[in-house]
Amino acid sequence: MAKPLVATGFFTGCFGCHMSFLDIDERIIDLVELIEFDKSPINDIKEFTRPVDIGIIEGGVSNEENVEFLREFRKHCKILIAIGSCAITGGVPSMRNTVPLKECLEEAYLNGPTIQNDGIIPNDPDIPTMLDKVYPCHEVVKIDYFLPGCPPSADTLWAALVALLQGKEVALPYELVKYD
Amino acid sequence: MSQDTVNIIIDGVEIQATAGQTILEAADAAGMYIPRLCHHPDLPPGGHCRVCTVKVNGRPASSCTFPVSEGLVIENDTDEINAQRRRIIEMLFVEGNHYCPSCEAGGNCELQALGYRLGMLAPTLPYLRVKRELDATHKDVYIDRDRCVLCGRCVRASSVVDKKDAFGFENRGIKKRLSVDAVHGLGETAVSAADKAAQVCPTGCLTVKRVGYATPVGRRKYDKTPIGAEIEKKTAKV
Repeated sequence: MAKPLVATGFFTGCFGCHMSFLDIDERIIDLVELIEFDKSPINDIKEFTRPVDIGIIEGGVSNEENVEFLREFRKHCKILIAIGSCAITGGVPSMRNTVPLKECLEEAYLNGPTIQNDGIIPNDPDIPTMLDKVYPCHEVVKIDYFLPGCPPSADTLWAALVALLQGKEVALPYELVKYD
Repeated sequence: MSQDTVNIIIDGVEIQATAGQTILEAADAAGMYIPRLCHHPDLPPGGHCRVCTVKVNGRPASSCTFPVSEGLVIENDTDEINAQRRRIIEMLFVEGNHYCPSCEAGGNCELQALGYRLGMLAPTLPYLRVKRELDATHKDVYIDRDRCVLCGRCVRASSVVDKKDAFGFENRGIKKRLSVDAVHGLGETAVSAADKAAQVCPTGCLTVKRVGYATPVGRRKYDKTPIGAEIEKKTAKV
């Protein structure tokens, strides 16, 4: 039987959830026996090549590119898991949500104390257009499981992944579910 | 058995309570935990948050304000009631701006702890994202209204224990907010960091300055032990 395919991706976040995932230490050797990675920053595969069993995503949704990639993940993954505070609540990037986007950009690029001469708000077609707010992933696509934490601990990620690979529901012990 | 003793049933268990107790107090004494948020044992009950709602003879009532009487049949730990409690906690999470990763209260926060205990992995409601004011005008205490759950503990503590009446609520409904009895903020009030009001906030809203993050992750109050475990321990010994 072919190994289950896993894809991972990150949107607006700090990549800390992926670092926590790598914190499974030597269990990573078991992991390569258990699964195969498709699109993921871990192996640098950029595009989905086939349907995937489990998708794991970190980060909130703050621009058009995030929306497009998140929809790609939903389209290709049978099970989609949102991990970490940013994916679930918008997290630290969502602190801008209570300030209008125009004011954010003006403060960063025109009026901030570190601006020298005349600043300019970047408007290159290669830069993804920002959304009005940072959204949690489940406000954009359907998410099947949530693993909160900032980041979720390696034990949390491992326990959830192993349960799913065994075809079980994810039921985490108390100390593995934290919002911070 | 004295005349003051009344018999009530909680989740099928017969317990003896004392006349004058509330359902919540009687349950605590019997080692049965009823989830609660705005209630604090040192303060008069408020009945604000509705997390402690139980069914009394089939009708919903807040257990922190409902007095015991002979023969009450109470439902507490049922799927239906816990789902309603989880929904209240979810609403508080999406109505406030709760950035748990950067909050000093993390790990010691009763709102978080109720989310853990009631099984909330993520809120299922859309976030409201309302801008709320921070008041850092006081030298030792600050108010971060992003984190306020309108429990009224500080209002009651300042009034009943500290005798200062420094806090109150203004506006109604979704616009309700914690206010202070001064024109230019908390710094103009008589509040001090030693006040009861500054010690009872269930979240990180009313916070004493320069003492945050003292306990490492893993050793904070609710890192390994669910909220309510200290009450339930009492029965484990019997």
